Amino acid sequence: MAETKELQVKEKQEISTPAEHTKPGLIFTPAVDIYENDNEIILLADMPGVVTDDISIDLKDGVLTLTGDVKPWENDDESDVLIEFEIGKYYRQFTLSEAIHQEKIEANFTDGVLKLTLPKVAKAVPRKITVSNG
Amino acid sequence: MITRRMFNFPAPRAFRHPFFEIDALQKEMDRWANLINSKRSFGGLNAGVFPSLNITEDKDNYYIRAELPGIKSEEIDIQLNGRSLTISGERKTELSEENLKYHRRERDSGKFSRGVMLPGDIDVENVNANMVNGMLTVKVGKAELAKPKRISVN
Repeated sequence: MAETKELQVKEKQEISTPAEHTKPGLIFTPAVDIYENDNEIILLADMPGVVTDDISIDLKDGVLTLTGDVKPWENDDESDVLIEFEIGKYYRQFTLSEAIHQEKIEANFTDGVLKLTLPKVAKAVPRKITVSNG
Repeated sequence: MITRRMFNFPAPRAFRHPFFEIDALQKEMDRWANLINSKRSFGGLNAGVFPSLNITEDKDNYYIRAELPGIKSEEIDIQLNGRSLTISGERKTELSEENLKYHRRERDSGKFSRGVMLPGDIDVENVNANMVNGMLTVKVGKAELAKPKRISVN
C-alpha cells in the first residue's frame, strides 16, 4: 500500500459521567491506542490543548483514570466566525486486567499526545528445586 | 324546523382547517429537530474535512485554530493565497516495535489538507503560526482596509 489514506474528521465524543462535575463544561473521551508487548502495556491518548500540568493519571484498584483540563484559549475580545469543534475536559477510564508495577509507570506528554508506559509485574518464574544427595 | 348542515359544518371535533394541520406538523417536526440537536453537543456546521477549524476574529486579526495532536510543527504546511488559507500535512502513528499486540486503535493516521476562505482581506506580511500541545493557532493580520474604522461625528 504505497498511498496513505486521507484523514477523516472524527467528531469528538462527548460523555456524561454518573456524578456531575462541580465545574461546568463539556467532557470528551480522548482517542486512544493501547498495545502491549511482553513487558509493558503502552497507552497513547490524544489530548490536544492540554497543558502538561493539567493532566492527572490515577491508578487505583485496577482502574486507570485519565483526566486533562483544557483552559479556554481564546481571548475575551475575540468573536466567532466559524466554529467547528468545541473544547472541554478529557476524561477516560480503563480497567486493567493485568498487574501493573505502580512505581514504574512512566508518562510523557508531547505535541498533545499522552504516552503512558505501564510495566507489567513479572510473573512468578517457576523455580526448579533440585534435590541433592548428601 | 329543519336545520341543514353544510359540509358537516360546524362539527364539534372532526373538523380541522388544513392550515392548522400544517401547523401541527410543523410543531411536530420542530420537536424532533430539537430532540436531535439536544443529543448532539454540537450540531453545528462542519465541513467534514480534517482538521476541523475554529475561526475567530478581533479587530486586528483572524485566528484560525485546529486540533492536530501528535503532529510536529515542521510537518505542517500552511499556505496563504489571497484570502484562502490551506493547512496540510500528514499524521503518522508510527510503530517500529515488533511483537506487539493491539488492544485498541482509535488514533488515525494519514494525510490531510484543508482549505478555508477568510471573510476579509488580509495582510500577508503579518501572519504567524504556532503549535502548542497539539493545538495549532494561525494568527492572520487583517488588511488595513478590512479593519473597522471609527468615524467621529463633528
